[in-house]
Amino acid sequence: MSTLQRDPDKRVQVLDEEGRVYDGATVPELEEDELIEMYREMKIGRHFDQRAVSLQRQGRMGTFPPMSGQEGAQVGSVHALAKDDWLIPSYREHAAVYSSDVNLSETLRYWMGDERGNKMDDQPVFPSTVPIATQIPHATGMAWASKLKGEDRVFMCYFGDGATSEGDFHEGLNFAGVFDTPTVFFCNNNQWAISVPRERQTASQTIAQKATAYGFEGVQVDGMDPLAVYQVTEAAVEKAREPDGDDRRPTLIEAVQYRFGAHTTADDPSVYRDDDEVEQWKRRDPIPRFEAYLQNEGLLDEERIDAITTEIEAEVDDAIDAAESTDRPDPSEMFEHVHSKTPDRVADQREAFERLRDRHGDEELLE
Amino acid sequence: MSTQNQQSTTEDLTLVQAVRDGLYGEMERSEDVIVMGEDVGKNGGVFRATEGLYDEFGGDRVIDTPLAESGIVGTAIGMAAYGLRPVPEIQFMGFIYPAFDQIVSHAARIRTRSRGRFSCPMVVRAPYGGGIRAPEHHSESKEAFFVHEPGLKVVVPSTPTDAKGLLASAIRDPDPVVFLEPKLIYRAFREEVAEDTYTTPLGEAAIRREGSDVSVFTWGAMAYRTLEAAEELAGEIDVEVVDLRTLSPLDTDTIVESFKKTGRGAVVHEAPKTGGLAGEITATIQEEALLYQEAPIKRITGFDTPFPLYALEDYYLPEPTRIADGIRDVVNF
Repeated sequence: MSTLQRDPDKRVQVLDEEGRVYDGATVPELEEDELIEMYREMKIGRHFDQRAVSLQRQGRMGTFPPMSGQEGAQVGSVHALAKDDWLIPSYREHAAVYSSDVNLSETLRYWMGDERGNKMDDQPVFPSTVPIATQIPHATGMAWASKLKGEDRVFMCYFGDGATSEGDFHEGLNFAGVFDTPTVFFCNNNQWAISVPRERQTASQTIAQKATAYGFEGVQVDGMDPLAVYQVTEAAVEKAREPDGDDRRPTLIEAVQYRFGAHTTADDPSVYRDDDEVEQWKRRDPIPRFEAYLQNEGLLDEERIDAITTEIEAEVDDAIDAAESTDRPDPSEMFEHVHSKTPDRVADQREAFERLRDRHGDEELLE
Repeated sequence: MSTQNQQSTTEDLTLVQAVRDGLYGEMERSEDVIVMGEDVGKNGGVFRATEGLYDEFGGDRVIDTPLAESGIVGTAIGMAAYGLRPVPEIQFMGFIYPAFDQIVSHAARIRTRSRGRFSCPMVVRAPYGGGIRAPEHHSESKEAFFVHEPGLKVVVPSTPTDAKGLLASAIRDPDPVVFLEPKLIYRAFREEVAEDTYTTPLGEAAIRREGSDVSVFTWGAMAYRTLEAAEELAGEIDVEVVDLRTLSPLDTDTIVESFKKTGRGAVVHEAPKTGGLAGEITATIQEEALLYQEAPIKRITGFDTPFPLYALEDYYLPEPTRIADGIRDVVNF
């Protein structure tokens, strides 16, 4: 039986809280290099996240949505994609986007208020979406277009538990089922939509079971177990590319996890949730758990951990330097890329604005 | 104005037939063009705007979708970003609100958000406006919502020739276009329309009737009614009728030039008065041609009420008598 064909309330798990393989669990076949790379990406995700929050506190960056606790789901899932498969992220997928080869400095630039960070060059990554669930129909539409073009790419769309309450979640998944699009819907169920708990999002027993309503498979996985996430996502990606028999291509994955920090740097989670709950989830932290597994397997030792730690700290330092040393966008950038060809009226506004800047200088203008 | 090939043969078409003709021509021209929406396939659209396209191009290009406006436009945005040219249909403009978020938050912004990496070459077609005895929520005229949003183009044809040419331009345009079809005049009259494909440029108003006493700015079904009013006034007042055709970007040059010529103006639209486009046009004239102004600019519009059920819709919609009265007020100020 495929990993996906199971009761949606039977959660897929490979590693226990101490990083030991559960009895009867299958460990996905991954090369040593790839396992270490996953570990490195999770570590850099965590370190980046902590530095980003600190940059915000120092006034060097704007509001930032932290993702500590969610590294296993993000990195584990991206590793199941092929190089030209697409990622359609929400605003919290910093590690997933990094795993797709987007430099951390781009993510920083975006959160430092520079829209150019969202361009992400030629990576198969769509700009992150801030409104909730609205990227889900986009992912379905992209996958649908790709299928109509005769390609065999897979489109992975991330969203949170709150998104499953939105109409666009339903509409995006419904279209995907009807038109059998090669889409993997990956719900990072981190238990809280800002201050509203999962229990207030849905009376369904699981989010995974909602897939049944759309005619395709749903599966629940331990989102803080990167090996389980990889295993489930790999099966979903494979099915999206080449479904068996009457299988529908899409899958809804519910990755059960927790965000250790705030929704964004603008809210205080201690107001709406108990410390006990946080501590309980921290015992399932994907990083020490995966680290213990790799150590037990003889793939990692203290020396290598230290080397990786030093390496990722330097990489994040460099990314911060790169983001902070980039020239601020020119004010006329506001008027660029709004239309393929700037309408006269907008061009007039830009010219009037430039005359104002020339007359007063930016310093006086922004006083 | 249009690049119509004068040599081509013509056919006598209503506005809705011209829309269908335009879709056919663009689908034939490019495989990337895809029509999608509720009832657009086998049924050929509730107004027959997509009649025969399903048989001609098949169910992968003329797609009957689930009944979900945000899903239709949201998936079309994904398709457009991925290189297709979808033409989603919203069956009536009064049902566009579930898709409003997708249109303004995403279609209009993808180019900006990705700094030009992605664009959204999509045309959202929607029949709009009142006057056909339709049920509640079927008669709305909310173009101002979309004109207010940077990154969108808003187009409203008022003749069969323009419907076909403007639709072709909209489909070929790299940016998202909201294409509003005045259903009151879908079948009100016929016109000779070239059989071959042709384009009519976006962003250019058309002077439908030259006049020297007063400029009346209008679009869609109200253009037709304004022309009727102008005929009624002929011999008494010489009315210039400017059909804006594209509401965003607005052809302010033509508006201002016409106003400078006549020194008097009125705007006719069926949308509610408050926050309607008449305010924008009036303000533009104030900014650019105040010293030419001989009289206050009159707004002849729908009322600030929900569009009434059809027993009262004839009172709500500006009709030639109300339009003519408004024009007289301006000229006799």
